[in-house]
Amino acid sequence: MLRVAVVRFPGSNCDEDAYGAVELAGAEARYVWHRDTGLDGADVALLPGGFSYGDYLRAGAIARFSPVMAAVRKHAEAGGVVIGICNGFQILCEAHLLPGALMRNDRLTFVSKPVACIVEQTDTPLTCALRQGARVSLPVAHGDGRYVADPASLAELESEGRVILRYAGGANPNGSLNDIAGISNAARNVVGIMPHPERAVEPLLGNSDGAEFFTSIMRWPAERAPAAALATSDPTRS
Amino acid sequence: MKYRVRVRVMPRGGLLDPQGQAVEHALGALGFDGADEVRIGRAIELALDAGSSDEAETLARAMCDRLLANPVTEDYELAVEGR
Repeated sequence: MLRVAVVRFPGSNCDEDAYGAVELAGAEARYVWHRDTGLDGADVALLPGGFSYGDYLRAGAIARFSPVMAAVRKHAEAGGVVIGICNGFQILCEAHLLPGALMRNDRLTFVSKPVACIVEQTDTPLTCALRQGARVSLPVAHGDGRYVADPASLAELESEGRVILRYAGGANPNGSLNDIAGISNAARNVVGIMPHPERAVEPLLGNSDGAEFFTSIMRWPAERAPAAALATSDPTRS
Repeated sequence: MKYRVRVRVMPRGGLLDPQGQAVEHALGALGFDGADEVRIGRAIELALDAGSSDEAETLARAMCDRLLANPVTEDYELAVEGR
């Protein structure tokens, strides 16, 4: 069974939702503490949302130096899947496992609401069960979600198809460049998104659009195994 | 010897600074019409053991590069003084 380590930092607050969403998708979830030096044999490291270390200095800046992050980096460098959601995305950027940075929202307000997003790429561990171009509604909840990168990095992300999730036209809640809501690294094993699919995985919650993101995590090893080198995104796949 | 390090971290020019804009509007509302280009950064002070002022500056730059400033979005200046 696929094992997913949910990494808890002091101030993480979406860890239990993430844990539940992983289990609901049929994977085995386990918690890993920020002081741990390993991932407890997990196949996937998931950095959940929250306000690690109170967002002191910059969101994600202190968490980056937690002992567990050395294990996360090693896992990523070995090709293992690493997923960051919201604060997890901020941490991955601060750790330079993903390019760019997440700055204060353009209108200074904390935004907490459902936002329409478009799935841009389906050859990643977080989107392989979705259809390219699919429009999904996902909750966002952040004060520092404005994605920025220098022009060269931004051009590289776009030309390499590494923008995996974009806010739908007119729905950009924070001023992110190019409406970016989520990106991947070049090897496509490290991904980060600002919206919270783990908060929308059951009809009981009023929205289950997020469930497929966790199905993707489950499906990714099989997706990638036959032809990792091809890594094509097939719009007919659903 | 102990050195006093003062670091000034500012959002990189050209990047939107919504805090600076909000404060600029507030200054305008107070009647300070001449104030513009308001930008908001961060000041950090620390005491540092080092063999020389140069060594203290080298250490402080390493701190800025690795933690105190984000190289993607911020620029920093630092000053080192003996105490």
